[in-house]
Amino acid sequence: MNASEDSSPRIPRRTVLKWFAATTAALNTPGFSNFPADAAAAEASGVAAATGYGTDPKVNQIYNPGDFWPLTFTPEQKKTATALADVILPADDFGPAASSLRVPDFIDEWVSAPYGSQQNDAKVVIPGLKWIEDEAQKRFSKGFADLTPEEQTAICDDICWPRNAKPEFKEGARFFDKFRQIAAGAYYSTPEGWKAIGYVGNLPLVQFDGPPQEVLDRLGVTQTVA
Amino acid sequence: MPIIESKQAAQEYDVIIVGSGAGGGQTAYTLTLAGLKCAMLEAGRDYSPEMETAMFQAPNQAPLMGVSTPDKPFGFWDATVDGGWEVPGEPYTQASDDPGSKFTWWRARMLGGRTNHWGRISLRNGPYDFKPYSRDGLGFDWPISYEELEPYYTKAEMLVGVFGTNEGMENTPNSPPGVLLPPPKGRAAELYAQKHAKKAGVPIVSIHRAVLTKTLDADTIPAKLHPGDKKAQKIVGDAMRARAACFWATPCGRGCSIRANYQSTTVHLPPALATGNLDIIPNAHAREVLIDGKGKASGVLFIDKTTGKEARVKARAVVLAASSGETVRILLNSKSAQFPDGLANSSGLVGRYIMDTVGASLGGQIPALENLPPHNEDGAGGSHFYSPWWLYKEQLAGKLDFARGYHIELGGSRRMPGGRSPVSADSSEGAYGTRLKEEARRYYGSHVGFSCRGEMIPNENSFAELDPDVKDKWGIPVLRWHWKWSDHELNMATHATKTFAAIIEAMGGTVRGTVKTGKDAIDFGGSIIHEVGGALMGADPKKSVCNAWNQTWDVNNLILSDGTAFPSNADKNPTLTIMALAWRNAEHLIEEMKKGNV
Ligand SMILES: Cc1cc2nc3c(=O)[nH]c(=O)nc-3n(C[C@H](O)[C@H](O)[C@H](O)COP(=O)(O)OP(=O)(O)OC[C@H]3O[C@@H](n4cnc5c(N)ncnc54)[C@H](O)[C@@H]3O)c2cc1C
Ligand code: SF4
Repeated sequence: MNASEDSSPRIPRRTVLKWFAATTAALNTPGFSNFPADAAAAEASGVAAATGYGTDPKVNQIYNPGDFWPLTFTPEQKKTATALADVILPADDFGPAASSLRVPDFIDEWVSAPYGSQQNDAKVVIPGLKWIEDEAQKRFSKGFADLTPEEQTAICDDICWPRNAKPEFKEGARFFDKFRQIAAGAYYSTPEGWKAIGYVGNLPLVQFDGPPQEVLDRLGVTQTVA
Repeated sequence: MPIIESKQAAQEYDVIIVGSGAGGGQTAYTLTLAGLKCAMLEAGRDYSPEMETAMFQAPNQAPLMGVSTPDKPFGFWDATVDGGWEVPGEPYTQASDDPGSKFTWWRARMLGGRTNHWGRISLRNGPYDFKPYSRDGLGFDWPISYEELEPYYTKAEMLVGVFGTNEGMENTPNSPPGVLLPPPKGRAAELYAQKHAKKAGVPIVSIHRAVLTKTLDADTIPAKLHPGDKKAQKIVGDAMRARAACFWATPCGRGCSIRANYQSTTVHLPPALATGNLDIIPNAHAREVLIDGKGKASGVLFIDKTTGKEARVKARAVVLAASSGETVRILLNSKSAQFPDGLANSSGLVGRYIMDTVGASLGGQIPALENLPPHNEDGAGGSHFYSPWWLYKEQLAGKLDFARGYHIELGGSRRMPGGRSPVSADSSEGAYGTRLKEEARRYYGSHVGFSCRGEMIPNENSFAELDPDVKDKWGIPVLRWHWKWSDHELNMATHATKTFAAIIEAMGGTVRGTVKTGKDAIDFGGSIIHEVGGALMGADPKKSVCNAWNQTWDVNNLILSDGTAFPSNADKNPTLTIMALAWRNAEHLIEEMKKGNV
């Protein structure tokens, strides 16, 4: 370990090098006309600015949150997000808790992304994490992560369904909805999530048999392809 | 493999082919197997599906769980490289900001072009589709008939491998016995839709897609494709043996590393390269076709994107297959004293009559499909069933308020989840905790979607021209698009969404969202990514750009072998027809070169 690695514990040095390489490659591309000025300025100031993965990322590879752009949750935000993700997707008979499948990291990656759609989501999620913290303090004088399950449920019940939320909970409800969407998207992106939802596949087969008889019977259909 | 840099190019070739997609790939295949020396210019980079495809990656192994972004509009693993609705540094413009006039242009910049990603739906045009004007007085007839193109459809199907069934439906041709590969079994949602759509009068049958449901018969097919030519048979047989059968997993849109579906890069280009007669120059962006003193095409001027400098390559004939819009652009940019309005444009018709496909869609949620026992429905990486147009009789009897047909592509399966939440807040009354997981399991696989793919009739208001002001990053003028749907297309979109609602109702389901009509229902021009036309083939040099073999009337050693020459755009997706035409054009070019006419 050297000093430069220590200085930025949340961003592994190899990742920074990767961003740097990507930036340099972009600058070297002849005629590359849409290199964002703010990214160039950020690089000049020594900060790796977040750019997307470009139109030709190496796709046949395995990536982790943080590989393309830095994760930006503060430790407090991460703590709240982890607790809330586990309330929304707890450990149960269907499968493990969200946090054990790195769902909070995926949410962090999402709200830290340099793309417009995710940046719009971040405008709801980041203030929302503060809203739910404040709400926990207001009601129970504790952080959301430190509440009992009953206390967490009391807050979540007020904000879980935007259509029914009272006016004072509208902001919280908008946040909860967005957070739940991202968290569930991440949860069901994992093999454990696939098991929980009943997806069977991504395995090479010698032949494709179609739905089993049990399914055909339930639907009242017959297989029409010989 | 002779993938070369521009400075390694030979002094002169027999033929230069611009573009490496379905049209360019088929052209290279046919010409090089016949012994012609060819150079292929491809604007994008070299690309290897065998090495680069993300076959089994799960969404939690991709940034943003693989969802679409401006960098990768069809998701992280989409086979499209350096492409999309926008290509950095290569803009296009719109003549009008009226939403109804919008044209959105999907381009791929890579070896193999859009065939790396495409949906693989491979339908033959029917006999009516070649003579639409004669049937209803609208648009234009083709200068060829179905019977003339039929042998090439058969050859293309045998070469690339297409599964499906012969249903004998009106204007939906059967293939000769033994040509199609076995269709895959129906999935739960597809079978359920098939049964209940009958109540809405809609037949649902096996679709045709370019996926190997079993390996190709490499011992017999090559002799049928290249009778009497042992060398060609050997090369093609070897290429067929290098393709595995589909293993019923992994979405085809990512591409296929085992070569089980059609991509130009896995099917057309390997045998063409194996002949030793093909040099592929990637990163070579064709700017204009060069003309000699006699008004013949003599080569192509291109930008070597690795250096940004201009380079030239010479040949006895030039085939353009850069995709319709881009082929039009190259022609219009090939201006000279002899051809001041662009090449092959004495009719003034280059860029005119561009067509896309009519798109409109509707989704539904089907309670009968809820909570089904888990089972594997990955299947052949895309749809297994569709509805060919079924109302020819009603249309003929004047019962419909639009002239041409559409087919229905249906989606519904227990495909790989991830990225987007399987449950929306509204459908589950705010469920969280274990109840959310119950809801996810309940709704998973219960959603169906129906899309209209319909025929657009060519019109005066849908065309492309050079923008007088805007240039790309190399200073080449770009295209400006004009677009307008006629009432035929708008009424078709209305008919389609109402039909979809009826099917969803017949399935006992509920429509998601509202059933839109007319201009609210139809997708933007270009968004179905079936742009064809712009240099129509015809029988009269004053009223068309190309003859029946897609030689341009003005320059007979210049051939257009993508969709540019289509005089109509049947509801059938265009690519199989592009291949069949390209094959036929190439055979004719070989004959003409032998005779010394070209
Ligand atoms: C999402 C999607 C789904 C589709 N699904 C289907 C389907 O199911 N069935 C169907 O029939 N069709 C489908 N299509 C359409 C299909 O991909 C095209 O019809 C087909 O690829 C056309 O082949 P082409 O050779 O004309 O063009 P392309 O495949 O686009 O190839 C053109 C090539 O030319 C290159 N090029 C462009 N300009 C230049 C230049 N100036 N110099 C050098 N090279 C140049 C490009 O980089 C590209 O590689 C789909 C397309 C998309 C994107
Ligand atoms: S479904 Fe079959 S053809 Fe499609 S990518 Fe997977 S293995 Fe290849």
